[in-house]
Amino acid sequence: MTATTALNLVALRKSFGRTEIIRGVDLSIPRGERHAIIGPNGAGKSTLFNLVSGRFPSTSGRIELNGEDITGRRPFEINRRGLARSFQITNIFPRMSVYENIRCATLYALGYRYSCWHRLAKLADAAERAEAVLQRIGLRNRRDTPAATLTYAEQRALEIGITIAGGADVILLDEPTAGMSRSESDRAVELIRRVTEGKTLVMVEHDMSVVFGLADRISVLVYGEIIATDTPAAIRANRAVQEAYLGTPAQEARAPGPPA
Amino acid sequence: MEFFVVSLLNGISYGLLLFMLASGLTLIFSMMGVLNFAHASFYMVGAYLAYQISTWLDALLPGTGYWIALVLAPLAVGALGAVVERYGLRRVHRWGHVPELLFTFGLSYIVVELVQIIWGRAAVPYRVPPELDGALFTVYSTHFPAYRGFMMLVATLMLFAIWLMLTRTRVGLVIQAALAHPETVEALGHNVPRVFMLTFGGGTALAGLAGVIGGNAYVTEPSMAALVGAIIFVVVVVGGMGSLAGAFIASLLIGLMQTFAIGIDWAPAGLLQSLGFEIGPATPLYSVWSLELSQVAPVLPYLLLVLVLILRPRGLMGTREN
Amino acid sequence: MGRTIRFAPINVGRWFVWGATALLLAVLPLLFSSGFAITLLSQMGIMVVFALSYNMIFGQGGMLSFGHAVYSGLGAFFAIHALNWIGAGELRLPVTLVPLVGGVAGALFGVVFGYVTTKKAGTPFAMITLGIGEMVFAASLMFPGFFGGEGGISSNRVVGEPFLGITFGPGIEVYYLIAAWCFACMVAMFAFTHTPLGRIANAVRDNPERAEFIGYNAQRVRFFVLTVSAFFAGIAGGLSAINFEIVTAENVSAIRSGGVLLATFIGGAMFFFGPILGAVIFVFFAVALSDYTKAWQFYLGVFFVAMVMYAPGGVASLVLMNLRVARHRLFGRLRDPYAGVLLSGLILLTGVVMVVEMSYHLTLNFAAGSEMRLFGFSVDSAAPEIWVLAAGVLAAGASSFEAMRRYFVREWGAVQVAIEEQLQREAGVR
Repeated sequence: MTATTALNLVALRKSFGRTEIIRGVDLSIPRGERHAIIGPNGAGKSTLFNLVSGRFPSTSGRIELNGEDITGRRPFEINRRGLARSFQITNIFPRMSVYENIRCATLYALGYRYSCWHRLAKLADAAERAEAVLQRIGLRNRRDTPAATLTYAEQRALEIGITIAGGADVILLDEPTAGMSRSESDRAVELIRRVTEGKTLVMVEHDMSVVFGLADRISVLVYGEIIATDTPAAIRANRAVQEAYLGTPAQEARAPGPPA
Repeated sequence: MEFFVVSLLNGISYGLLLFMLASGLTLIFSMMGVLNFAHASFYMVGAYLAYQISTWLDALLPGTGYWIALVLAPLAVGALGAVVERYGLRRVHRWGHVPELLFTFGLSYIVVELVQIIWGRAAVPYRVPPELDGALFTVYSTHFPAYRGFMMLVATLMLFAIWLMLTRTRVGLVIQAALAHPETVEALGHNVPRVFMLTFGGGTALAGLAGVIGGNAYVTEPSMAALVGAIIFVVVVVGGMGSLAGAFIASLLIGLMQTFAIGIDWAPAGLLQSLGFEIGPATPLYSVWSLELSQVAPVLPYLLLVLVLILRPRGLMGTREN
Repeated sequence: MGRTIRFAPINVGRWFVWGATALLLAVLPLLFSSGFAITLLSQMGIMVVFALSYNMIFGQGGMLSFGHAVYSGLGAFFAIHALNWIGAGELRLPVTLVPLVGGVAGALFGVVFGYVTTKKAGTPFAMITLGIGEMVFAASLMFPGFFGGEGGISSNRVVGEPFLGITFGPGIEVYYLIAAWCFACMVAMFAFTHTPLGRIANAVRDNPERAEFIGYNAQRVRFFVLTVSAFFAGIAGGLSAINFEIVTAENVSAIRSGGVLLATFIGGAMFFFGPILGAVIFVFFAVALSDYTKAWQFYLGVFFVAMVMYAPGGVASLVLMNLRVARHRLFGRLRDPYAGVLLSGLILLTGVVMVVEMSYHLTLNFAAGSEMRLFGFSVDSAAPEIWVLAAGVLAAGASSFEAMRRYFVREWGAVQVAIEEQLQREAGVR
């Protein structure tokens, strides 16, 4: 695959004990695309994310990031190669302030690594990048609050902030709008659209309006297999997809369309 | 040969004593996720209580003291454990595992001091009852103490009783499930606080029983907890956290290892010399080569612990890693 | 977006605090100038370095270790051998730099043992540290050449060239050496918390998984932090070697490891200055209180468990919580509850001390007769009347303390609510 492919999954399989969750997934996502993965509950969407980001090892198959084979690599190795992910269940550093959370996420990418000889306060580039991210996710006024005391939506925004702060250009978002109200979701969608300009975005979502509003292409994952990958309009019309979601082909699909 | 048989018997009896302790620790850890640092302290309390009860009762009804203590002391220790859980550990439980560990750690400190306050710093004369004193049989020229045999009997009966309870009763089924999947058991609606209290009380009662049995076979003194405390952690980790069978195997393994190693005066220098190397005080690292196994014996269990934790963190038969 | 103007005013507060600390360290022995006080202060200084080093892995790194004395103890052994070599003329090194020998030794063992121990986290890590601690302790009795067997290794610190006329013979000179190292180490360890490694260590503590997903190998972070911590522990060991002029197997024992854990936790692991408080309290119990009662370990143990159960943030957190109340001008409401708690607590303590001391006397010193000194009075510890009195005091203390405690908790809760209301009002106004 050429270097214009950001993420390439080849015959990916994952079993937990005797249960096969991911049964052979082939997916190729070009650079700069916004790609959504949808599917019924239990289809294996989060597992797929966990495989790609290195949280779980795959049973067989290959994962390529920007043309490089990252199968079996540990999460930090994958992250250093330019892939960052957020979590469905908010996964932040609860005891640190919002600003500290984001600044931590910038440190490795800026090359500070395991340094114990740099003074944090004097790191101008880390400070600038953290402030910039803080501004983009709209949490400027909560800068010094301990992350554990934020509201749920703010924590989700922080989650996204941590994910992008390192400057990775392949972003994986795991149900970023989970548990949000309509207005919160809309704001989150705008935020996601802003911060992923020029980057490759892969997201797992349940909320159809989010998906149809944001994605360039959609893949549908059912029982560990991708049954269709296409543009939103084509997916909406796809019979197999309707069947998978709704059970029988006779019922009309009521997937909400993008805002008029 | 005599050495081998004697060491084998002694090693097994020591290992069974270790198992009595390790089983309670494993049960508590598996059900509650608490590593009871004070477990060996309850062992010590069991020995001291048995001493006290048997001394008092022997004054009233001579000859019965030990046998009554055999029943009363473990129950008393179990009750003490339940009280500790209810009013101490439970409070700390909500803050996570580290505070729990620190609580039991502090408890072990306090119990040692309390024992010294009540019974003093010298060893107490907790004796084997005369009915069990004497030799059970003679191996070559060494008498095998009847009391050791009694110890092994009690330990085996206890093991059998635990096995029966785990496999044949409902409570046992719940415990088996919790050994491997504690969160699920909780989600199934069992009265978790009460289960915790009973588990902690039961586990400490087992430790108390071990104290009753072991206190007069070995010495009953304030340092007895420290001597055996670290070893049972090794047993539990090597056997696999959450596995009673593993604890059993590891107890025997370590009991035998300790007993055999202490009796062997062999040193690597001997092997190297027989291979033709000249080993003398001037040889570099001579102090290492000249170490006899009997000198190295105290270190062996911990070496084993470190090796197991690096190479096979699940332990011999563990189902969980942490 | 134009060029940002950087305005970084001198942090007056920080300079003031560090300056005051240095001043305090310099002036303390002039205020408490008895030989005993100097010894006490010296030991506190050593313990401060040790406890701060422990908190690097415990409070900041989230690693509970039961074997930290391995690094300080081995550092002490290397330092005392260095002292002996200096004394024999085989090593040209000023005595002032001997703690550095301890530090380097500690760091080396930090690398060796740390590589093994940091492969795991949480409870397995605690277990490995316990195992390694016991292993080193047992090994120390196997190699009498290096460890000196039962008697340990002793030395003389008045060796080498005097430094500006300072020979380190008198205790006060040793104190100032310790104070200087203590201050330097405090500054260094504080600075560490403001470096990338120091902050990422916090991140790994809070959420190791998330730390991996921002590019950090959590295991490696822990390994590096442990090595740095072992370095400072080794310095504490080196200072101990100079101070006591003897190092034995006890320096690497589980008792020492337990002691620094107690000290750090009691002081408060969540704040940088917590272990400093804890070290002072611990040395007070171990050195000063032990002169008055043989039961000091019991009191220390009870104190520790009480902190675990009621104040897991340590003394530091108690101080800060009360400062917070004072800042919001609500401390007046707590005056009566505090008085009640303190008074009833004193009665309870008296009862406990009476029972404990008399029991100790009966079981340990009985050969000397049952007379003993209690709070300056001569009492007969075998007499039933005094026991009845003690029991009565204990009961009265316990019941009144419980009542006062509940009263206090109620008032404290009310104060916290009032603070929240204040904060909300301020936020609303802004």
